[in-house]
This record gives sequence, C-alpha cells and structure tokens, in this order.
Amino acid sequence: MTMEVEGGEGKGKTMLCLLTDPDGNPLGTPVNFPLNTEPQHLQQIVNQLRQNEERLPYAFYIADKELVESLGKFAEKNKISVEKVLHIVYQPQAVFRIRPVHRCSATIAGHTEAVLSVAFSPDGQQLASGSGDTTVRLWDLNTQTPLFTCTGHKNWVLAIAWSPDGKYLVSGSKAGELQCWDPRTGKPSGNPLIGHKKWITGISWEPVHLSAPCRRFVSASKDGDARIWDVTLRKSVVCLSGHTLAVTCVKWGGDGFIYTGSQDCTIKVWETTQGKLIRELKGHGHWVNSLTLSTEYILRTGAFDHTGKQYSSPEEMKQAALERYNKMKGNSPERLVSGSDDFTMFLWEPFLKKQPKTRMTGHQQPINHVCFSPDGQWIASASFDTSVKLWNGTTGKFVAAFRGHVGPVYQISWSADSRLLVSGSKDSTLKVWDIKARALKLDLPGHADEVFAVDWSPDGQKVASGGKDRVLKLWMG
Amino acid sequence: MPQGDYIDLHRKRYGYRPDHFERKRKKEARLVHKRSETAQKALGIKGKMFAKKRYAEKALMKKTLIMHEESSTRRKVDDDVHEGSIPAYLIDRVYTTRAKILNNTIKQKRKEKAGKWDVPLPKVRPVAEDEMFKILRSGKRKTKQWKRMITKATFVGPGFTRKPPKYERFIRPSGLRFTKAHVTHPELKATFNLEIIGVKKNPNGQMYTSLGVLTKGTIIEVNVSELGLVTPAGKVVWGKYAQVTNNPEIDGCVNAVLLV
Repeated sequence: MTMEVEGGEGKGKTMLCLLTDPDGNPLGTPVNFPLNTEPQHLQQIVNQLRQNEERLPYAFYIADKELVESLGKFAEKNKISVEKVLHIVYQPQAVFRIRPVHRCSATIAGHTEAVLSVAFSPDGQQLASGSGDTTVRLWDLNTQTPLFTCTGHKNWVLAIAWSPDGKYLVSGSKAGELQCWDPRTGKPSGNPLIGHKKWITGISWEPVHLSAPCRRFVSASKDGDARIWDVTLRKSVVCLSGHTLAVTCVKWGGDGFIYTGSQDCTIKVWETTQGKLIRELKGHGHWVNSLTLSTEYILRTGAFDHTGKQYSSPEEMKQAALERYNKMKGNSPERLVSGSDDFTMFLWEPFLKKQPKTRMTGHQQPINHVCFSPDGQWIASASFDTSVKLWNGTTGKFVAAFRGHVGPVYQISWSADSRLLVSGSKDSTLKVWDIKARALKLDLPGHADEVFAVDWSPDGQKVASGGKDRVLKLWMG
Repeated sequence: MPQGDYIDLHRKRYGYRPDHFERKRKKEARLVHKRSETAQKALGIKGKMFAKKRYAEKALMKKTLIMHEESSTRRKVDDDVHEGSIPAYLIDRVYTTRAKILNNTIKQKRKEKAGKWDVPLPKVRPVAEDEMFKILRSGKRKTKQWKRMITKATFVGPGFTRKPPKYERFIRPSGLRFTKAHVTHPELKATFNLEIIGVKKNPNGQMYTSLGVLTKGTIIEVNVSELGLVTPAGKVVWGKYAQVTNNPEIDGCVNAVLLV
C-alpha cells in the first residue's frame, strides 16, 4: 500500500490518525496523515484497507462532527492537538443516491373523505391509501390514476400495512375490524377479522426472514391489547393483553419479539409463540406515541432493495432477506426508540437490559412520530412544536433541529439512501430536509389542508402524501 | 278511608269473610273494565281530566316496556361513520374544532363592524337638547334666539380661541371647561390625575362629540405617559382611552375609568 506524502513529513505537517468502523473496531494501525488530506483521499484508503471490489462511498466523523474539508482545516477549527492519536469513524453511505422530489407530478382525487394513511408496497410498485370514507384505494403509479377501490370496512380506515413479500395488504378500521386484501385484484381475501373491541391504532407484519411466505401480523388497538393474526387461518392466534390503556403503536422486531407502546406510559416486549410478556420498559412520564426500530426499513422492505430484483420462491426471498438483515444489524443488538407525550424520547436496547440507554430531550411539545433512517445512523423525530429534530442513531445524541414548519409536524419519512427526509405537517406543506447540509432542501406546498400521511417509495422515485383535502399527491424528482 | 283502626281490630278478632279474598280478586279484575267505561262515558271537565291522567299513564307504560325490551337484546356498539375523519394519532386529542374557531372570528368581526365596544358603561341616560343648551337671547330687542350656551362640562383643546362673538353659536363657559380628569385604573385600583387629550365619542350624538361635551359615558383620550406603559414591541404608550363615570357639571371634576 503506497501513500502519497506531500509537503514532506514532520510533526507540524502530519497528524496521527486511527480509522475505526462504526462499532469501534480499528481498521489497521495508527497512521500519519498529512494535514491536507481530504475526505476523498481517506475514502480511497478505506476502500483499499477493506479490500472492496468497487469504490464504496464513505462519510467520516471525528467526535460526531463530519469531516468535510481537509484534516488540517478541521484540526484548526476544532483545536485538536496534533500530539494525540485522532480517531476517525467512517460510516458507509448508500451506493445509490436518491434525487430529491421537487414537483407534484399528480394530484389524484378519489377519496370522498380525508386520507388517513398511505403506504407503498415493499417493492415500490404499488401504492395503497386508507381514508375516512371507509375505503382502501390502490393506485397505479405508472399512469397515476386510481386502480382499485376496496370497500368493506364499516368505519374510517385508520391503519394499513403491506406484507414484506408484497402479497397481502391489511387494513384496520375504527370499528375494530381488520381486512385482508389481495393487491393484484383489489378483492378482499376472506372475511373481516373480528376480535378487537375498539379501533385499531397500528399494524405490523412478521419479518420475512423469520417466516416466508408472510402469514402473521400483529395489530394494536385502543382497547389495550395487541393480537397476532394468521392470514391463512383467518383468525387471531394469540392475544397480548397486559396494557391498562390503549396501545398506540406496535412493531414486530427482527429478532422475533413484539414491541408495544401504550398510553399507560410503558413499552412491553412480548414473545411470539405463546404471547408471554418478556420485559416491561418503564421510564416515560406520559403516553408513548410512537416506536421505531433500527432495522425497521429492512424489515419493511424484506428481500427487495434498490436493484429491483424480483424473487420467485419464498425460500429465496427468505434467504435474501436474512442476508440483508444480518448485514444491516452487524454485531450490535437492535435499538428501539420511543417518542412520547412527555416531550422526550428514550433509546433502548431491549435485548440487553430494561434501562434506557439514552434520554433524548429537547422538544417542547408532544412527539408524534419517530423514525430511524434506513441505514440506522440517524433518528428523526417530528413533534407538535413544529420542529423536526435529528439525533445520532447509535448514541442518541442531539445533532440538529430542522425548523421551517409553522404547524405541528405529523409524519416523517426517510428516503432509501438516508440522505433526505420528508415531513408532512398541519400547515399543509411538506418539506424535504438534507441531512448532510442539516438544512431545508425543498418546500413542497400544494395541499389545501392538513397533511396526515407521507411515504417515500422504497425505490426512491416518488413521495406520496395524503391529508384532509381528500386528494392524494404524488411528488417526483 | 277509615279514621280509626276498628276494621283492623275486627279482622284480628274475627278473621276475614270466607269469600273475602275471592271477591277482592274479582273486584280488581273488574276494575279494568270499570275504568274503560268511565273513560268512554265521562263528559265535560271531569272527562278531560281523566283523559289526561290516563294518557300520562299510557305514555309511562310504553316507556317502561321499551326499556325492558332493550335490555333483553344484545346490541353491538354500532357507531355511525362520522364526518371529519382524523388519523389514529389524533383521535384521542380533542382540540377545539376549526368550525368553532371560525365561528368565533366571525362573531368578533360582526361586533367590530357594529361598533359595539366593550366599555364599563354600555348604556347611559340620554341627555335632551333643552337640558344641554340654554337659549341666550341677543340683539337690541332680545328677540334673536340663535345662540346657545352649553350647560354641561366641556373640553376645549389648548390652542382654542373663541370665534368672533358675532358669529359664535355655541358658547362654552370657561367655568365649565376641564383640562384634567381623575382616571382610575380598573385593575390596579389606583387613580391618577391625567391630562385630557381629546374627546373621542359622546354617546348622545356626534354633534356633542365635535363640541367636546363631557357627559357621563363619554369616551375621552388621556395622556398616560406618567404611568410608564410600554407596548410588547417596546414603544412607549402615551395616550389611552377612558370613559367618564360621573356627571362633571354637578361634581365639578371629571372622573373616568381607563379602558384597558
């Protein structure tokens, strides 16, 4: 390995640095770098040390600050002593780069009441939306027109979820019933699943790397219990009861546990074969509004990724999904972040212990939605105090606040390469935020009333948003 | 109804008649038919009163029957699909609806348009013209009666000069002119002696406003620079409105309450 040394060596012109990966393992030994090394030189070096076949992009962080200019300038700015060994953490960036969406390509009307939830299928080919007019609609992305209207619910459709293999779509309504749909024909597959006594607040599918084809999903309801359903048996197999107040959100983790957050201020971790309570995570002072897992994006998209490869058999899909999951997770345990009405969030490692790892304070109003970035590096939180805050995904430290909205921010969604974030708010605008620059990238006005739901398609091409003005807007790059 | 207990005593001593209970049962059974007969035959006021009582009984009976029927069937909680659908994360948060806020703003706008302000004395006794003006006779023969003297307290500005006596119609006697008012702050309950800047509105009419007449209920503008009030933007407030609360021509001073 050769290294270009410019300007001669000597204590004043070089710095002793050690490259470490995000988990803390050092890459090679401490090396003397000249002070005018730029990040692209460091990228070359990392690629060589790791013996990557293709040139993968990396971002470098020194003490949580990103290195954008040369080492020397950075050291000057932050007054780092050249005597000590400097630890530079490198983070792999996504190979593909998503173009930011900046125009509304279509405004599709169709719903007769407010659109309450939108979701892209895991392969990004289909789009579904649930609304207050009790229907679920499927939309054609190529022609940008309505495809199917699925009627059958008795009250507002509050939650929809695609199975990670893309074969089923499940929707839950205010009447407490769940309905399974076949997205290719738009017909219901079976009768509505009855069991809950009050409205459904959230639905989460079992990850495809645990069982393929996808059969089970868990639903959370206002009546305080979560139920695991089997679509092939068409009934509730396990009922997870234990919460004293409404369960506001539920997530099926990649390690096979179910996490439920509730208005009784606790988060419970359940085992899935018999429905036994494993852990109870206490700490919040008010309702737990939202949960997110570090591997959430991988669990949602299953075996599909940006290459757009289609799989023929469930075993293949399971294998591919398992590979992706293991690559993403690495050696560290799954992390869970919960956002609450007490204006704070907790970062937990539920596999290890039941005390939170970090408490993330800073918001001034209840936090409505928290979301891990697809690569697990960042956590974004949307709150009623009109700001979106960015936190470090491993330590939970505060990084930046995105201000610009003038009304409570309802939902956020990450782009597949983790470089962009879109947020929808009560003030009827969507805003795209750039993570690298830590600033607003684009403003997307156009909705006539509050925006209730946003989603970025997994292939990164489109953003879909729906709200109180009853139209679905598709935004393209 | 028996006034003593002799019936009970007899029953205790000698018991009941052998057919007592049978007769009682049959009489009660016949009561139904008897009632129906009276309902059909009763005339006049008696009939009306009876019909009214009977109707009340019938309505009550119907209600109890419905109540009993309800509890015997199991009914699912069947909500209708309401308007104004909101996502799951907003259902438990009840805020004032947009309609209510809109309604409030409309009401506010209407109030402003009508000019109805929120003042401490909303209504005052109207002052008649003959009470307000005293007719002054002028001319050689004292026949001309076009001059008027104002009998109430007035405010004239600092730069006031009388019109030439030949042409002035309204005379404001200098004894009844006031420059300062005793203004009370309603919250602090303290009274200050503040200079009057001008008369904003006299409820008796805009003629009196232009003349500067101070009667009970008049809105005046006073100089509050003494109080040291500052606006949220940081500017110093030096003029505020106040409403006159007494009859200055009787008391000899102007008392007012500050409008905050």
